[in-house]
Amino acid sequence: MRNWISRQALLADYTLSALARRRGRNLALFTVYAGIVFVLASTMLFTHALRREAHALLAHSPEVLVQNLKAGRHAYLTQGDLDRLGRLRGVSRIEGRRWGYFFDPVFGATYTLMAPASESPGRGDLHVGDGVARVRGLSTGDTLALRSAAGELHVFTVKKVFSSESSLVAADLVLMHPADWEAFFQLPGGVFTDAALSVVNPLEVRSVARKIGERLPETRVILREEILRTYEALFDWREGLLLALASLAVAAFAILAWNQASGLSADERREIGILKAIGWDTRDVLTMKLWEGGLISGAAFSLGTLGAFVHVFHFEAALIVPVLKGWSVLYPRFVLTPSVDAVSLLTLGLLTVFPFTLATLVPAWRAAITDPDEVMRGTT
Amino acid sequence: MIFQKSILALLFASGVGAVGALAAGPHALAVWRHWDLESGSARQLRLERRSTLVSTGMALLLTVQSVALLLFVFNADRMASQFVGAMCAVGTLRVDGFGFPALLAQVAAFFGSSVWLTMNAVDGRCRDRPLTRARSALLLALIPVLLLAFGLELAFFLGLDANVITSCCGSLFSIQAPGVGGDLAALPPGQAMTATFLLLGGTAAVAARTVHRGQGGLALGVAGILAFAVALAGIVAFVSLYVYEDPHHHCPFCLLKPEYGYRGYAFYVPLLAATSAALAAAALAPFASARERGPASAGRVRSATRALAGVALGGFVLVLLLMAWQVASSGLKLLAHG
Repeated sequence: MRNWISRQALLADYTLSALARRRGRNLALFTVYAGIVFVLASTMLFTHALRREAHALLAHSPEVLVQNLKAGRHAYLTQGDLDRLGRLRGVSRIEGRRWGYFFDPVFGATYTLMAPASESPGRGDLHVGDGVARVRGLSTGDTLALRSAAGELHVFTVKKVFSSESSLVAADLVLMHPADWEAFFQLPGGVFTDAALSVVNPLEVRSVARKIGERLPETRVILREEILRTYEALFDWREGLLLALASLAVAAFAILAWNQASGLSADERREIGILKAIGWDTRDVLTMKLWEGGLISGAAFSLGTLGAFVHVFHFEAALIVPVLKGWSVLYPRFVLTPSVDAVSLLTLGLLTVFPFTLATLVPAWRAAITDPDEVMRGTT
Repeated sequence: MIFQKSILALLFASGVGAVGALAAGPHALAVWRHWDLESGSARQLRLERRSTLVSTGMALLLTVQSVALLLFVFNADRMASQFVGAMCAVGTLRVDGFGFPALLAQVAAFFGSSVWLTMNAVDGRCRDRPLTRARSALLLALIPVLLLAFGLELAFFLGLDANVITSCCGSLFSIQAPGVGGDLAALPPGQAMTATFLLLGGTAAVAARTVHRGQGGLALGVAGILAFAVALAGIVAFVSLYVYEDPHHHCPFCLLKPEYGYRGYAFYVPLLAATSAALAAAALAPFASARERGPASAGRVRSATRALAGVALGGFVLVLLLMAWQVASSGLKLLAHG
């Protein structure tokens, strides 16, 4: 074993000096290779971080949401509907929620206007998210005038601007008093956009959903696990599609690597001929060639992944954000928590290092079986 | 659902492995039929040259194939959140009819690949290449397995549909469930524990004897296969109960979940390593005799057999100790004295 290790160390040492002798060609290959790893790794790291954020956010959301439907369209729940839900075994809390969307034609942005049941602002006051404050140039104490659908102008005072740390959930949020909310949307008292139910035991969620369906057959029941599943599917699909497209680049790169490994220069042929003449066998030369590919792979993989980490977590993945994140006037600004998962790295290796190594194997073998006698005579 | 990074990587690895093995088939057949190291014919020289390429290429492909087994299982567990009714990898594997056959084919490909890789490594160290024909035969046998594994994997991933309501592990690994899962779950924990510990201990003893003598690989291979099957049965019958601290939860796949600290990998990785080492030792057994091979080659094969038996010994003992520790440290007490 010790012999084997020292033999590999010597081969690696020799290969490094051989790589340095052809640094121009190897540097070009390395740059393209690292660039491809960078794009794939950025995609993987970014979607992994988004997935984590979605899980962290939804961990605190209610397990079950109930929306009323009339003729298949969304309708408001009434206090009577909530009373009909009554007490359900396993449900620790039922809360009617008042919220709606308001399109601001001046700035082309949509706000979420919400009236929380508890800790709501006072009459005529607002708490606004940092996205709304940014777009409208608001700070605490400013007034905000909003024209309702009926054409009436409602003037509010901003009492609080949510910090940018809450941007992911509150960028477009405007909190107001329930009476202001009803007046702004011209709704009667005691109506709710939906109802949020907290279920203590996750195994009982489906049973609770079934019971709600029996008591309020017209309603639509949305489970937190379904929202999570949709997010998972969406992120996986976007990531997979981007990777599938990028795999064309990997294929093109593999062909480039094959070509480059096939086109041995006269110097390289002479070098292999001399090595074989002094006693190296085919396996030694092949191992040396594989070391060459391995060193380039290792360096490109490390640098590409490191670059992707910096790109995603320090520069907010500026190059791939439009494809993976979506777009909106009030898009939240948020900092992703740096995290790397082993499966992503393993997958990245399978999609980059593996094809490169395969692509260079046959040319490396062709080089390794070169007959020293023919090379010395210059007949190949 | 095929556009997912892990699925793309798995299909790529499996597809390239199958195509690579298929491409190496004609060479393997030629080696099997015409290999003669004594001959200086042009054909023999061609075979020797090509052998270097095929060995290196297949070593790369089969190594990746072996790693892909873990990724396949991990991915099945991770995808469980995307199917209604799935709690762990079992739910994902039961979304369509190809999940479990694909897993079994992957396991078969893993064992075949690991034995081939070992034979290839040992053969490379012997001057007279005693294993070349045998590993060519093994490669020929592996081709249908790798093609089947790829085909089943492709069918499984193409059949994944998020709208399918699948069934969770409770319906497969419970006392009432029909089939092997139900039968294993119904085993009395005390008897299953005794049988598992005895068989793992016995196999470790066989491995220790092989380490000492450098021979007896065949017996180790048979004992290894038995130990693998009994250890899996033991995991369903009693280990899972102690891990979940629930006398009715028998699932061997929930062990892989993060909420149980990925403990399943601590059981399965040494178990797979030990079993494949035992199988490889069995594959080397016919070449360990100095009467049929040169003394130098036989010596190298015996030394490799010792090393493999050492791996098997370490793996089976580790699994046994982990199981015992799990039983001792669990809050669940199933046995009167446990």
